[in-house]
Amino acid sequence: MPKIKLPTKTPHIDMTPMVDTFAVVLTFLLLTTTMRQPEPANVDTPFSISETPTPDFNAMTFLLSPDGQVFMNFDNGPDTILKYRPKILVEMGKRYGIEFNEFEQREFEKYPSSIGVPIGQMKEFLNLKEGSARNKLQTGIPLDSADNQLAMWIQYARTVNPNYQACIKGDSQTEFPVVKRVLDILQELNVKRFSLITNLEAAKINLEEIQQ
Amino acid sequence: MAEVIVEDKGKGGKKKAKKHPPRLDMTPMVDLMCLLITFFMLTTAFSKSKVMDITLPDKLTDPNQKAPVIAASRTLNIILGPNDKIYWYPGAVKPEEYNNLPPVMETDFSATGIRQMLLERNRALFKKIDDFRQQVISGKIEISQDSTESAVRKLKTDDDTGPIVLIKAYKEANYGNFVDILDEMNICGVARYTFVDIAWYEEKMVEAAAGVAATGTTSTN
Repeated sequence: MPKIKLPTKTPHIDMTPMVDTFAVVLTFLLLTTTMRQPEPANVDTPFSISETPTPDFNAMTFLLSPDGQVFMNFDNGPDTILKYRPKILVEMGKRYGIEFNEFEQREFEKYPSSIGVPIGQMKEFLNLKEGSARNKLQTGIPLDSADNQLAMWIQYARTVNPNYQACIKGDSQTEFPVVKRVLDILQELNVKRFSLITNLEAAKINLEEIQQ
Repeated sequence: MAEVIVEDKGKGGKKKAKKHPPRLDMTPMVDLMCLLITFFMLTTAFSKSKVMDITLPDKLTDPNQKAPVIAASRTLNIILGPNDKIYWYPGAVKPEEYNNLPPVMETDFSATGIRQMLLERNRALFKKIDDFRQQVISGKIEISQDSTESAVRKLKTDDDTGPIVLIKAYKEANYGNFVDILDEMNICGVARYTFVDIAWYEEKMVEAAAGVAATGTTSTN
């Protein structure tokens, strides 16, 4: 009788289908994640228990950096034809006697993160190619009472899109006078409801412990 | 897909050893993909930041317009001070008595600090809200998420026992303190709170308590 020869090799598992599935999932995740653009200032937002998600559209966001600079960001609206950003820029240009051409408007429209450039340097900023050179011009929007460009931006943004909701994104270490100044400007322009951007954290309260 | 099956047809009866199809070891690739997927899944789930809504009172532009008068017995003044400290005092202070200002109590952002202070004063309302939420969670009351929120809002508007909190900020406070204190209001279920400008005599009171020089330099303690 012939002997049965047992295979001595280790069994080989075919990983191909697994790789295929993983590739599909990975592609899906890659496509769905919205890449966050680096902001001109590093901001660590404080924590709160609020669970309302950040609005995707109709948000004007003011970024308050720890060194007191203010940057702003408007979204283009839920529809690509609305193009809120270039409209706001043109209005701002009219106010300050600066004419922005097609190219500059397009650059402003697609600039992915917050902008903190005084309106006088906006033209130069938009015509620059390099990101690092651009970042050098990001000195924050002037907001003192003599040259309150932030108020103008807010005013024109709300003229273009009255539904803009004001959001404030500040660093935990941002000093209060800067925050106060921005709140005052908003209040003066009759923007009384606004949102503070925070990260989620859980709060635990033990009522019995407190009642003693 | 990756395994190409090579079949030797064998030419002219010449017996050749059957060629084994070349195999690729996919394990490292799978490992890597696993890592990437985990990374992306975690980042997409947690990166979305949240917003906290707040409403500011009207700016008094007309000098003849007076700020609304609130009962001093229910008023609680919370002042955000330097070095993450909170100073508070109940009631109202008459600016005429600036020589004899009441002392301010000092506390901090810990659970036994400001939270305990607020809950002691807001216990009735907090208990009402908490009981209601417990009943919803345990299924005694069947109600949708939205109605729960509006029911809680109703409890808050109907409340007339809890404190009316006026939040003020000293110039050396930071934005983190501001968000933290508003968050405490939400945690403790305080029905009425607002953010107002700090008065000059309140700045003095904080300076006296914190030992900050009137020039506004940082405190030494």
